Amino acid sequence: MTAQVSAPAPAQTKGSALKAFFFHRPERKYINAYLGGALLGLVLFTSFFLTGNGLGASGGLNRIIVYFQDMVAPEHVDRVAYLLKLAGGEKNALDDWIVPMIFGTLIGGFVAGWWFGRLKVVTNKGPQISVRTRWALAFVGGGIMGYGARMARGCTSGQALSGGAVLSVGSWAFMFAVFAGAYALAYFVRKLWN
Amino acid sequence: MPFPLPLEALVGKPLMYLIFGLIGFGFGFVLEISGFGNSKKLAAQFYFKDMTVLKVMFTAIIVAMVLIFTMVGLGVLDFNQVWVNPTYLWPGIVGGLIMGVGFVIGGFCPGTSLVAASTFKVDGVFFVLGGLFGIFLFGETEQYFDTWWNSSYYGRLTIMDWLGLSTGVVVVAVVLMALFMFWAGEKLEHRFGGVDQKRAPKWRYAGAGVLLAAAVGVLLIGQPTTESKWQRVATVKDAALVNREVQIHPGELLASLGDDALRVVVLDVRPESEYNLFHIQGAQNAPLDQLPSFIPELHAKQAANTVFVTVGNDEEAATNAWKLLTAESVPNVYILEGGINNWLATFEAEGSEIQATPTPMPGNDTLKYVFASALGDRYAAAAPSPHEWELEYTPKIKLQIQRDKSGGGCG
Repeated sequence: MTAQVSAPAPAQTKGSALKAFFFHRPERKYINAYLGGALLGLVLFTSFFLTGNGLGASGGLNRIIVYFQDMVAPEHVDRVAYLLKLAGGEKNALDDWIVPMIFGTLIGGFVAGWWFGRLKVVTNKGPQISVRTRWALAFVGGGIMGYGARMARGCTSGQALSGGAVLSVGSWAFMFAVFAGAYALAYFVRKLWN
Repeated sequence: MPFPLPLEALVGKPLMYLIFGLIGFGFGFVLEISGFGNSKKLAAQFYFKDMTVLKVMFTAIIVAMVLIFTMVGLGVLDFNQVWVNPTYLWPGIVGGLIMGVGFVIGGFCPGTSLVAASTFKVDGVFFVLGGLFGIFLFGETEQYFDTWWNSSYYGRLTIMDWLGLSTGVVVVAVVLMALFMFWAGEKLEHRFGGVDQKRAPKWRYAGAGVLLAAAVGVLLIGQPTTESKWQRVATVKDAALVNREVQIHPGELLASLGDDALRVVVLDVRPESEYNLFHIQGAQNAPLDQLPSFIPELHAKQAANTVFVTVGNDEEAATNAWKLLTAESVPNVYILEGGINNWLATFEAEGSEIQATPTPMPGNDTLKYVFASALGDRYAAAAPSPHEWELEYTPKIKLQIQRDKSGGGCG
């Protein structure tokens, strides 16, 4: 991943000016967690109030994957019931509200990171592991997370936040399971983060 | 009850998707400014050093919950049209445990990894790639445990339904629980992370007070009853009843049952004993007094082409059932014209086993036929052949566009 940016650039496009525009803003601190939570609650409420749907992320990633699978091997998609539901026959896997939502999430994160000076090519890791180890573990952790999220029919956003706010029993059970799983393993992998 | 808005019908698909994009923008923006693009900050949660994850998540949940149920209580938001993640208990729990493992190893969850990647955190990019691979793997392996993945299904089950408590009580309890967790979380942060809570802003106490007060407000205003929901729509819907726009001819029901483009659910609202004597093939017995308990299921997981038809002996009970379902915003509900009595008359069911009763009970909505035995749907008249009957009727079923209702994760 290089630091190239494909966002609309200002007119005088000297490489360094562009770089300064995106990467040299003064870095600000993160906001208070309760304030962040309250703002997130407002976004979540707005979503439910206007559309009847909550927030989501893993569902959108799922549709992007299935879209490419449908491009490469449409017969395969039509033969697997789970994939068929998303992209069978004439269906376009990307034709769903969750897809624009995750692109919005990407842009929203980017704009906030840029505005508050946190747009940095950096690897966050614990002090005891190498950058490469961190990358490998991020990939492995992501894989486990992605698998679990589909099994649970939603991730932290689609199940825990959204289902939690509308008091779904399954979502609350799920939420406690996530924390239980993480805390159960945390001690054994403490070298990764501390 | 105007909210949630029928966005697709109102503004069209491109604009609807733009709105979802804007909501996503807000989501990503808030995640980033809360520090969720940083895996170290997220992982610190699991060593009690920085409880940001807990604080942000539960604040968001209780703020949204209090606002949602206030709006529902005021009659502005229709809870039946709000997506409630259906409960598949064990797949949810096992998936959650697996996700917890992935969280502490990888340092993100899917939403936060998007924000990390979009702010050029390299570990975030690797996590997203890994996540995509895991999702791909699930799609390819789901077929091997499909039965289990669809098991322990409880449908649209809320904590209120589960515990039999009123919404207000649950809302207050959840707020109290969250406040307790914040208190404990701050203690742990102090103990393990050396965080000086004296420097934390004092307004958080005021915020806690406001939330608790609002939760008590939800308890006090209560939630709308079916009766009050009906009153809000009565003028429009009564007209539909009087103009007989929703009473469908037996011939239309028969044709619809054989129509592959429709999914017809026949709700037989008569008592079980009468249902056992005779019912239309495929009909589900949902006695009028038990009908309210069927409503969550009717809302959960119904395809957009689903049509519900209420069936009584005549029309009285079926009309009451129609009112109940309509008030609870179940879409595409119709009434079988003349009920079972008319059905039997139309399809000339009379014979040796089914006879018009010589002494019809007085009053409406009684069964006008006697049956040799309780054969249910094994009488020929329970499933007339659509090819044998050329019936004339005015078609009335018009599918309403259903809102795009699906869960974030369920996609």
